[in-house]
Amino acid sequence: MSVIGTGVIVDPIDDQQPAARPRRRGRTKVREERERGAISATDRKRPVVKAWMWVLQIVMLVGLLFAGLGPLAWSARASVSTSQDILRDPMSIWLKPFQWGNIGQAWDGAQIGSSLGNTVFVALGSTVATLFVSTTGAYLLSALRPKWGPILSGAVLATLFLPGVISLVPLYLTILKMPVIGVNLQNTFWGVWLPAGASAFNVIVLKRFFDSIPRELIEAARIDGAGAVRVFTTLILPLSRPIIGVVALLTIVASWKDYLWPMLVLSSPNLQPVSVTLANMPNGAMPFSVQMAAVFLTIIIPVILFVIFQKQFLRGVSSASGLKG
Amino acid sequence: MTQTLERPSTGISRPGRPPRRKRRLSFTGWFRSGGFVAVLFAVPIVLTFLYFSWGPVVSGLVMSFQRTNLVAAPVWVGLNNFAFVLTDPELPQAALNTVYYAALGLILGFPVPIILAVFINELRRGSWAYNLLAYLPAVVPPVAGILLWKFFYDPSSDGIFNSILSWVGLGPFPWLNSEAMAMPSLVLYTTWAGAGATAIIYLAAIGGINTELYEAAEIDGSGIWSRLWHVTLPQLRNIIFIMMLLQLIGTFQLFTEPFLFTGGGPNNATQTVMLKIYKYAFVNGDYGSATALSVILALFLCLLSVVYYYFTRRWSPS
Repeated sequence: MSVIGTGVIVDPIDDQQPAARPRRRGRTKVREERERGAISATDRKRPVVKAWMWVLQIVMLVGLLFAGLGPLAWSARASVSTSQDILRDPMSIWLKPFQWGNIGQAWDGAQIGSSLGNTVFVALGSTVATLFVSTTGAYLLSALRPKWGPILSGAVLATLFLPGVISLVPLYLTILKMPVIGVNLQNTFWGVWLPAGASAFNVIVLKRFFDSIPRELIEAARIDGAGAVRVFTTLILPLSRPIIGVVALLTIVASWKDYLWPMLVLSSPNLQPVSVTLANMPNGAMPFSVQMAAVFLTIIIPVILFVIFQKQFLRGVSSASGLKG
Repeated sequence: MTQTLERPSTGISRPGRPPRRKRRLSFTGWFRSGGFVAVLFAVPIVLTFLYFSWGPVVSGLVMSFQRTNLVAAPVWVGLNNFAFVLTDPELPQAALNTVYYAALGLILGFPVPIILAVFINELRRGSWAYNLLAYLPAVVPPVAGILLWKFFYDPSSDGIFNSILSWVGLGPFPWLNSEAMAMPSLVLYTTWAGAGATAIIYLAAIGGINTELYEAAEIDGSGIWSRLWHVTLPQLRNIIFIMMLLQLIGTFQLFTEPFLFTGGGPNNATQTVMLKIYKYAFVNGDYGSATALSVILALFLCLLSVVYYYFTRRWSPS
């Protein structure tokens, strides 16, 4: 690794960049290695630049530690402190004895455990719904291309430009009484899963990827006697695994974070995902320390998952943004 | 073998060829040319979009001209809902707050991820740590983050932020309790929550900048700051414009933060248009007024996007 100021040539394989990590998979070699940024190797030798970089790095590191880890660390400690200590002097809890009971009380008593389960269930269902709708839709528009395809794809694309606010209230009324079939989806997970499927962005992202699959492959499979469904399940889907992963990831993250919609649709407490349970907690009877433990439990699971899968995660997110732009 | 070769087209069209000749109009012909399979694949997307996207948009437009209470049949009331919403004495304040929030977000929050991304991009080692730390807040579920920050914003001198600031001799600040500081506090939180995620997007864009541009600028004698200003920023122009518009659209539809932090208070200082829509629909049960206000906000956002598009196109390359 080249050190600032000493490197004659900056290390050509910059493994840290999430977007340019060519080693992971041979076939996804996207971009050549980055040799330099705005600061050149010659610049890095100058003492002024060196000093500035050091200062900046330290300031940024301290700032990011405070901003990124600070709230997590505090909530971790608060989750095992007494309410009194947290409320009276929140900065002094570090030295107080541990109250492990809070965690269990939050998990069972405050139903954080079961609502986390609901969140997982909601996220998984939304992902399945999204993937099913958007892969079949994208395949239709990309490969099958019926005569009425352009109309459909125009109608799907149009929803991308409409702000979500316009359909919030009518969507809620739709859930209360589905037109034509007259079913009430309130307090069922379907009410959260199905609307997640109507995502124009995912359809377009997948369609663009399907478009890039060589037609010769589809042609060959067709000559070998595969029907449209067969081509879809045994050729298109396996080839699109990376992009499907990205779409799944984005859907999971979005549904994990969602608050307003599940609050409206899932009004029954034992169906509510953790975001809704947590938001209602200050109105409940739980002591403050248990609330803090609940907050911590809610934070720590996605954080651990993120830290474990950070490479895949960051790459997925940045590749999706590339598609967006 | 010949049989498989003679199989009718499954409807997968080949690029580079003229569109299929018009077939004779018969059901079997349509079926064998893949028409049925196409319909089969269209069912999920059409149904989902009908029910959860196109349908609600249309019924939202219709409902904004109706009085609906879910019990009696809806009654057409013309523009009454719009008149009611627009003459609501709280609306000007809510609209101003929303604009204020969007403006503050642009001024305070928007540059942060760009600076972060430019900085991380220049690091030659350890950038993963900066990346990880910057992204962590984006992983925290918003509701948990808000509850935590609400406590951090404790206005007493023992509050977390106030005690930290008192180390350097500042404060105590009233944060969410004062009309003047409530909105900036919300912006501070959303910047914290969103900057890392946005920085990743900029980082990807910066990685795509042709480094020869930097070299050329350097040979021409421009310094580091000037290179950042004259090469990096102009190269990011397009993505910056897109992100700015997305942020504007997002902030105008802000709900969770003011709802959970302040509920619109103190003294309506954080009352936003989205909160009003929520209140009309789910507190008052006045769906007509709620959809009318939604339609107005949506129209405004569409107009904003169009104006923005024409405005920024002049500065875009090509």
